[in-house]
Amino acid sequence: MKARTIKVDYLARVEGEGAIMVKIKGGKVVDVKLRIFEPPRFFEALLRGRQFSEAPDITARICGICPVAYQMSACHALEDAFGVKVEGPIRELRRLIYCGEWIESHSLHVYMLHAPDFLGYEDGIRMAADHPGELKRGLQLKKVGNEIVTQIGGREIHPVNVRVGGFYRVPTRQELAPLAEKLKWARDAALQTVRWVATFKFPGLERDYEFVALRHPNEYPFNEGRLVSNKGLDIAAREYDQHFKEEHVQHSNALHSVLKERGAYFCGPQARYNLNFDKLSPLAQQAARDAGLGTRCRNPFQSIIIRSVELVYACDEALRIISAYEMPDQPAVSVEPTASTGYGCTEAPRGILYHRYRVDDHGLLVDAKIVPPTSQNQKTIEDDLRQFVTANIDMPSEQLQLQCEQAVRNYDPCISCATHFLKLQVERDS
Amino acid sequence: MNVLPQGRTLVIGVGNADRGDDAIGLLVARQIAQMGLPGVTVVEAAADGTELMEIWTGARSAIIIDAVHGYGNPGTIYRFDAGSSAIPAKSFRHSTHGFSLGDGIELSRVLNQLPNRLIVYGIVGTDFDLGSGISSSVGAAAREVAPRVVQELRDAQ
Repeated sequence: MKARTIKVDYLARVEGEGAIMVKIKGGKVVDVKLRIFEPPRFFEALLRGRQFSEAPDITARICGICPVAYQMSACHALEDAFGVKVEGPIRELRRLIYCGEWIESHSLHVYMLHAPDFLGYEDGIRMAADHPGELKRGLQLKKVGNEIVTQIGGREIHPVNVRVGGFYRVPTRQELAPLAEKLKWARDAALQTVRWVATFKFPGLERDYEFVALRHPNEYPFNEGRLVSNKGLDIAAREYDQHFKEEHVQHSNALHSVLKERGAYFCGPQARYNLNFDKLSPLAQQAARDAGLGTRCRNPFQSIIIRSVELVYACDEALRIISAYEMPDQPAVSVEPTASTGYGCTEAPRGILYHRYRVDDHGLLVDAKIVPPTSQNQKTIEDDLRQFVTANIDMPSEQLQLQCEQAVRNYDPCISCATHFLKLQVERDS
Repeated sequence: MNVLPQGRTLVIGVGNADRGDDAIGLLVARQIAQMGLPGVTVVEAAADGTELMEIWTGARSAIIIDAVHGYGNPGTIYRFDAGSSAIPAKSFRHSTHGFSLGDGIELSRVLNQLPNRLIVYGIVGTDFDLGSGISSSVGAAAREVAPRVVQELRDAQ
């Protein structure tokens, strides 16, 4: 038997630059590495010495797909530091702009990045030749998400209207009304999306994951809640550092985040779903049941269905918010900086995004820590690959390579955020 | 984004105003906008392929100006007839974040949403750093591209 390497140089359809290498020797997987070689970006260091009020806009620049998540986690962490609580319509608008970002991000991933894996196409463009109607639907869905972010945030990428305490300007009811009509179409399109992806063939893979997500007593989580898991974790965001640690591994420029007591964990849509099914809207729950999902789902390849269910939820929730919206008197609550440390964690499209800031009595940032979802999922991705390749060791190399790439895309990894992309290499001794 | 008229003639400047030579497409678009050419709609856009698709879908013809990298000396001007063949997509790639101008063109081609005529001007940039201005050789190329675009618009009428 000689060594076999399955290798993907620059895995496509993920965010940022990285690679996967799987080594097989004597019929066994001996090494799996998710290599992230996109250079580190030092955002935490460049925040030092800046005004606290700059953190939402600076950190938004970490990602062009999920800037809202960075803005939201930054705002919540700093409001925690200053003892500010945002309620009422401003809080609802934050959920609405987050709905927009989830719709944008999930529709892009489901239609353009992940569906081609299941249907056997190299990419979304080639898939479009045979499935033009689906592709157009996906693009139109994404556009509705963009329009929400533009309406609330001022522009669709890197919104400019978010600030600690709320917004610079809030929309009138009349300004939100046209979005409702588009969202009704989008909600139907999202239901069609769930039905479409439910027909895909899903490779088998189930592990005993520790799912970690926010949980809130009254709602499916976007901005607030306790950090919980299916293995007993139940903490406030400010206790994050006591339970999680970041580790440097030689093969990745993105720190690996692990639970101090139990190691690897899984965050993102699948974690949210498993821990919060009861908080989905009745329509989203029914869509999941109709697609054959239970209240729990451990096969990460079925994450494409869960993302689609979350699309239904985000449209439904956005419609609820718009229908009940009353314009607040002030676009933001006032914020007075004090020397303090604040902690925030919100649900980015790809999972929990933790921010911690220490501020001095002039309102300057002394220290910042940012833990994006992809860095938290790195170990779980490697563990998935190890089990998947072990179970499919006799699969022809080319097919195995494609399915390994697909397994990575289950997590919609955002390497740019995590450093912070993908190249897959499987070495085989066969 | 405003709804654009069907059957329009577009000039689309693509780029990021804050990233040095990446702003060159925007600069050329602004020069053409100032001329107030009748029947020509000038649009500035980021390099997101899906946004660009929305802009050119339904247009009769479009001329795009964008910066390119890794494809010759700074200031070199390329002209591609994207209606007839794919552009060298890697040179127009602005980020690893998904969807580029080249991707947008190819997806539009598959979906039969390309304008009848789609011309792409690429100007090779050299400095794409945040906050840096447009480098001199690239600025000079812009002054050459604007009249060529205007001539193409006149020839097409």
